[in-house]
Amino acid sequence: MVGAQRRSALAAVLSVVFLVLLLLAWHLATLQSASSVASAAVSTAGVDPEYLKLLGKDPGTTKTTGFPTPLQIGEAGWKHITNPFYDNGPNDKGIAIQLGHSLLRVGLGFFIACLVAIPLGFVIGMSPLLSEALNPFIQVLKPISPLAWMPLALYTIKDSSTSGIFVIFICSIWPMLINTAFGVAGVRRDLLNVAATLEVTPLRRAFLVILPTAAPTIVTGMRISMGIAWLVIVAAEMLVGGTGIGYFVWNEWNNLSITNVIFAILVIGVSGMFLDFLFARLQKLVSYVD
Amino acid sequence: MSEFLKVEALGKSFAPGAMPVFENVWFDITKGEFVCIIGHSGCGKTTILNVLAGLDRATTGNVFMMKREVKGPSLERGVVFQSHALMPWLSVKKNVLFAVNSRWPDLPRDEAETRALRYIEMVGLKGAEHKKPSELSGGMKQRVGIARAFCIEPKMLLLDEPFGALDALTRGTIQDELLRIVQATHQTVFMITHDVDEAMLLADRILLMSNGPRAQIAEIVQNTMTRERTRNTIHHDPQYYRIRNHLVDFLVNRSKEYQPREAGLQPPTVKPGIESDDKPRPTLVRVA
Repeated sequence: MVGAQRRSALAAVLSVVFLVLLLLAWHLATLQSASSVASAAVSTAGVDPEYLKLLGKDPGTTKTTGFPTPLQIGEAGWKHITNPFYDNGPNDKGIAIQLGHSLLRVGLGFFIACLVAIPLGFVIGMSPLLSEALNPFIQVLKPISPLAWMPLALYTIKDSSTSGIFVIFICSIWPMLINTAFGVAGVRRDLLNVAATLEVTPLRRAFLVILPTAAPTIVTGMRISMGIAWLVIVAAEMLVGGTGIGYFVWNEWNNLSITNVIFAILVIGVSGMFLDFLFARLQKLVSYVD
Repeated sequence: MSEFLKVEALGKSFAPGAMPVFENVWFDITKGEFVCIIGHSGCGKTTILNVLAGLDRATTGNVFMMKREVKGPSLERGVVFQSHALMPWLSVKKNVLFAVNSRWPDLPRDEAETRALRYIEMVGLKGAEHKKPSELSGGMKQRVGIARAFCIEPKMLLLDEPFGALDALTRGTIQDELLRIVQATHQTVFMITHDVDEAMLLADRILLMSNGPRAQIAEIVQNTMTRERTRNTIHHDPQYYRIRNHLVDFLVNRSKEYQPREAGLQPPTVKPGIESDDKPRPTLVRVA
């Protein structure tokens, strides 16, 4: 126990060291490009500033000067974090609003996928016949990139936001469906025999014997699904636009604000980690030692 | 003696037309009786138990309990499984409570808990009721299995080699406990075992099965020792070695050479050392 504790303390220290090294390297690498821009500015001294503006070399702004330094990211990030809820029209919303839209879409699509995948997976897991009959469909539908559904979704649903939710739904469903079916099919024979000798009703058996047995596998499927959904939402929002963290990234790219793009990437990463952490907790809750 | 359980001409083959694993199995159990079945692996003991439990169907023959045919699993027959089959995510108390709630779904919560705790105490697990099965030793797990089977007050108890996976010391303790509980509750028990001494300690009658395929109950040995026997005193009984030799001789030699009886013939009952000597083969008894 002490060994494990010491190891995790050491690992934390190492993590911090790596972070510092990374930031330092980044800082040094971007310092050069910043100074070259500065020297370029010097060489343009004496030229009409209006002309420089037309060339995109406006000395008054620093926004487009090369790759941003970590400090600039921090500065931009602080601005976003301290004022996350502003709304200045469709192309300028606070980061929390954008993130909220994305989370809402993912949550809704994922929730509907749960409602479909878990009961269906239960049925497939219980019935070898259905499992074999539905297997070709699952095998064909599973490898389709969720974004490939987008045109079809836009055509039939005719609403970009709902189409995004649909894409999340369709990509979340497969890991949950397959894991649920697998977990349910793997319920030990002797536990079912216990339930049979106790004349347990089918509903009680499903909820008190099969579901707890399969729960760790099901939650693992949910965790994988959530990971995929979070990957897909960014791409989907880039495609459909409007709101969301993915749209924010694309919008800032169009603004040529690499600083904001990098900040958004970090936000996506941290949010994904948080979502995964939630499911890790859930997994711990339902897991058992056999 | 009231007829409690009746097994008639039971047979099982796992594929149509294949040679049956066992066939022509006849026996009956009276109320309050403890019956053990002994035989080598593969002779179909577990299948017979599963048929009695209603978890498996025989190919031929019937099982009647209190004059009603056994067609499926029932709360009237409690089963203790070889693999203990506890729900690993539930504590000891909740495992037993699961059975109590299945038997009496409308029982108030506190009454059900009192009941569960009473049976946990009976098998000597007081203090461990909040532990998960993974925190228990093999012997303790098996005790939970026994508590779970007893707490529904079944009319009959079926034990599938419940102590097979335990070390000798633990096995002895639990055997004593089982004996005590069964004597106190007058439970009717059918038990599979590989252990001759276990059978002699616990059983009133011992069914000897020949080797499969086409296994049969070769003979039924009446345990002529006093019912007040304990593990510590049993070997002082003059009958002890007579019965033991008879059983061991069957398992080592005669189970292999056994020639299947004709259909419709019931196995003979023997009382080693009292009625017949070991030497002559028991004569066949024809039923009407």
